[in-house]
Amino acid sequence: MTTILQPDHATIPGVNKPVKSRAARRVHGLSDRTIAWLFVAPTIALLLAINIFPLIWMIRLSFTNLNLSMSYLPLRFVGLDNFRDILTDEDVWFRLQTTAQFVICSVALQVVVGFGLALLINRQFRGHSFWTTVILLPMMLSPAVVGNFWTLLLQPQIGPFNYLISLFTGVPPSSFSMTGQVSLAPWTIVLVDTWMWAPYVMLICLAGLRSIPDYIYEAAEVDRASAWRQFWSITLPMTVPFLMLAVLFRAIENFKMFDMVNLLTSGGPGSTTELVSISLKRAAFEKWRTGYSSALAIILFVTVFGAANIYVKTLNKVKQR
Amino acid sequence: MRRMNWLRSTAASAVLAVAALGGLGGGEAAAQGKQLTLCWAAWDPANALVELGKDFTKQSGIEMKYEFVPWTSYADRFLNELNSHGKLCDLIIGDSQWIGGAAENKWYVKLNDFFDKEHISMDDFVPATVVGYSQWPKNTPNYWALPAMADAVGWTYRKDWFSRPEIQSAFKAKYGRDLAPPKTYDELKQIAEFFQGREIDGKKVYGAYIFTERGSEGITMGVTNVLYNYGFAYDNPKKPYQMQGIVNSADAAKGLEFYKELYKCCTAPGMTNAYMQEGLDAFKSGQVAMQMNWFAFFPGLYKDPNVGGDKIGFFVNPAGPKGHFTQLGGQGISVVATSDHKDDALAYIKWFAQPAVQQKWWQIGGYSALKAVVDAPDFPKSAAFAPQFLESMGIVKDFWAEPSYAQLLLDMQKRVHDYVVADKGTAQQALDLLVKDWTKVFKEQGKEVASQ
Repeated sequence: MTTILQPDHATIPGVNKPVKSRAARRVHGLSDRTIAWLFVAPTIALLLAINIFPLIWMIRLSFTNLNLSMSYLPLRFVGLDNFRDILTDEDVWFRLQTTAQFVICSVALQVVVGFGLALLINRQFRGHSFWTTVILLPMMLSPAVVGNFWTLLLQPQIGPFNYLISLFTGVPPSSFSMTGQVSLAPWTIVLVDTWMWAPYVMLICLAGLRSIPDYIYEAAEVDRASAWRQFWSITLPMTVPFLMLAVLFRAIENFKMFDMVNLLTSGGPGSTTELVSISLKRAAFEKWRTGYSSALAIILFVTVFGAANIYVKTLNKVKQR
Repeated sequence: MRRMNWLRSTAASAVLAVAALGGLGGGEAAAQGKQLTLCWAAWDPANALVELGKDFTKQSGIEMKYEFVPWTSYADRFLNELNSHGKLCDLIIGDSQWIGGAAENKWYVKLNDFFDKEHISMDDFVPATVVGYSQWPKNTPNYWALPAMADAVGWTYRKDWFSRPEIQSAFKAKYGRDLAPPKTYDELKQIAEFFQGREIDGKKVYGAYIFTERGSEGITMGVTNVLYNYGFAYDNPKKPYQMQGIVNSADAAKGLEFYKELYKCCTAPGMTNAYMQEGLDAFKSGQVAMQMNWFAFFPGLYKDPNVGGDKIGFFVNPAGPKGHFTQLGGQGISVVATSDHKDDALAYIKWFAQPAVQQKWWQIGGYSALKAVVDAPDFPKSAAFAPQFLESMGIVKDFWAEPSYAQLLLDMQKRVHDYVVADKGTAQQALDLLVKDWTKVFKEQGKEVASQ
């Protein structure tokens, strides 16, 4: 049997004394500000490397004729030509219009559905937790998965969606294509996006609804206010800041929507559902027009940044009321 | 000072240790053998190439690794790789349209000296494949690839349906001629209309499957099969890049109208964004009477237990009023200029060019472009689709192979899909806009574009 002898700390001189390590000694004497900078420096370096530097580089490229598929051509400074080409291109305006329609319709629908679901889920009923989980499932899926399985669901010959419509309307299931018809495809992407993201709006609204103190409703009941009156005078006004936040998040997300729409329709039929993000991806990584696509990305960035700024100011005003 | 010395000695030891480990790693790699990565699309012939590659490994000791990407992202993925001078691929089987950009951008190793040294002659390969897959500039003796996978658009049909007496007689009663594989597009449309919505074995079937995909190259690779035969050309052969009146000629517009009519009258519902795989699915599930697709898929279809064997027949892309052509597919194999294993990659090409290897390539599901294989007397009998393949390779035409091909392709995708599937404007307007788009692209590239 081997006996391991443990050193007796108490017998080692100086062990119990607080000893300052070399590092601690170095830190000692630094100001709080310096220490704070030391802590945030890695994050700032990372941010500069992966966000700020590419952004500056992109701004530089937007003034050039760079085309990566023809990198043997001399790189020329073209001034504002790329911006002029974009802003005078009818197709770009059409894509922006398509994107705006998609954003407005899908966000509006998501707010209505999400708020409605939040009102339902806010009540206590049997199976409450189960139904909440079921409702939240779509937003937990990857957009690529959603795009692929909705493609199957909407397939005119084998997809159950057309059969469901046929059941209620009597229209033959294979006589229409939700993703292939010009009149239906824009509504299809709105529908699928709403299915996926209305639960997210619901969550935000639910937080808003649960933040309303019960005593306000109790006071309203004492005043014999009807349920409808309570909704219009208490529930809705007090959840408006939350709703506006949800609108902001969803509008920004939908403005840059790419994956799900690309899988569902590839921007088609024709260019009916070609959102500006799909155009940008095609220009940058399929046509390799780097200078042009950098300019387009800047225009989109400024548009979203400007719109979001105005919106946030409005949101703050609403909150202050 | 002592501390500095200590740091120096530690750093030196670290460097030595790393070098020693590196040496060990190198030795280990050498012991394990060399490795080459070959990049291509994920499809049936790629599986055949993996089988074929085992012989190369046996002979050379070089391990083969493969990077196969689905067709829909094949161009994006590998052009990105080449553009960024990546080292993923040592060998690449790149699409025929990439050859201009790959040569101009020096993505591929020029193979002339290697061919001379190894006595590989391009005269030994089918001429269309040499021009299509290897040469840049076209029709000049500058070679950037070895023709690897010959391919073209062809058609399959349900031979068993065509031969049924009741169907035969119904067709004859309606059109006054025997039901047989079509020789012209008018005949094809008649047959497609005849089958459209017909009930066969208790199941509703449809006339034809054609390419309509929007995102990558699908609808362009489909519509050109009709356009060429209606008089469409990419430019004036006497005045390069002069497209006005050629691309958008009245004949070309008629061809585009025909493709739309075929799409509207005779395809299955929902085929608004369909390419190779959707065609295979439609045919294998017994949904369509005729299918447009690449010859590369035909060995697999012939082996299919439900629709293959005696049930399937093949025919060449039908002729039109102004000619008889078909769309070239296929690829050449190239050595990537940034590869660290160029010599091994060239050794693979040398091995692949051998007649015996090319013969085996054809036998196991690839399509050889070597004349010794395809011109052999027994070649037409070697597969059910071999005669049609041989005929097709004699009438192929390819899309632009300019460095700006991707822009040209996406412009055509948009204009054609807008007209055919989204009902936007007329055929003439679609082609006029296409000329405008292409003119802009060529001007940006610094080409002189004559308007007339």
